[in-house]
Amino acid sequence: MGIADITFYAFAVTLLGAGFLVTIARNPVHSVLWLILTFLSAAGMFVLLGAEFIAMLLIIVYVGAVAVLFLFVVMMLDIDFAALKGEMARYFPIAGLVGLVLLMQMALLFGSWQEADGAAALRQAPTPDLDEVHNTKALGMIIYDQYFLLFQVAGLILLVAMIGAIVLTLRHRKDIKRQNVIAQMHRDPAKAMELKDVKPGQGLG
Amino acid sequence: MVGLEHYLTVAAALFVIGIFGIFLNRKNIIIILMSIELMLLSVNINLIAFSAFLNDLVGQVFTMFVLTVAAAEAAIGLAILVCFFRNRGTIDVEDVNVMKG
Repeated sequence: MGIADITFYAFAVTLLGAGFLVTIARNPVHSVLWLILTFLSAAGMFVLLGAEFIAMLLIIVYVGAVAVLFLFVVMMLDIDFAALKGEMARYFPIAGLVGLVLLMQMALLFGSWQEADGAAALRQAPTPDLDEVHNTKALGMIIYDQYFLLFQVAGLILLVAMIGAIVLTLRHRKDIKRQNVIAQMHRDPAKAMELKDVKPGQGLG
Repeated sequence: MVGLEHYLTVAAALFVIGIFGIFLNRKNIIIILMSIELMLLSVNINLIAFSAFLNDLVGQVFTMFVLTVAAAEAAIGLAILVCFFRNRGTIDVEDVNVMKG
């Protein structure tokens, strides 16, 4: 067993263990942290497979953005998680049954498939030799050439998601005091202050 | 030697863990969203593994698209969740019955 195999098994065990702990952790903050570990080990597996760009993308997008978003929501909302977790024991048998059945179905598929004869000839974009072009450059040359339209549409999806998230969560609260910049700038100092000559012993009355 | 089957096994197991998580946390929608992320990650592992072992870069391109959709889904899902929590004060999925006829 070479060093690459040992690394693979280490990443695989970490991935599955952390993934399982995401689902059963009592505290949702711990769940998010296990999710981060899951994505980090997945990124390690991608590096082993030679997909360095996707691995780094996974770390930036998931660990840097999505996991922090989850963490933010978990901590911002004042949720009674203990009450939600109390029901977990009730759902455990049905969840275990569904998982077991699905796992057995996938195990049935294991080893029973074979590659078609002409499969290798049907490749859309054969990976160039690593000595000539590295992974990121090869990927960029495909994305900005063959898949340019799809790539733009993916950006559009992100834009729509961003606008949607802002529209959903933005609310204009009426019951708070706001700064009115226009009124503030057009304020006349002469009208804002009044000088009074107070006579001794009389006050302002 | 680690082959394609090893990666596919890991991906299948991770997918099953995702399904298991959805059924186990019927009430907590945050964990359900995380389970969906796990399932999408297992799909990504499948795509990358096939891409590497068939020497075809398209798998990695499509992984990026799956990643995009996953990020958009998480953002929208959490925004809906925040909105729902403001209105109802809970995130119990079984309380989501406002539109029930």
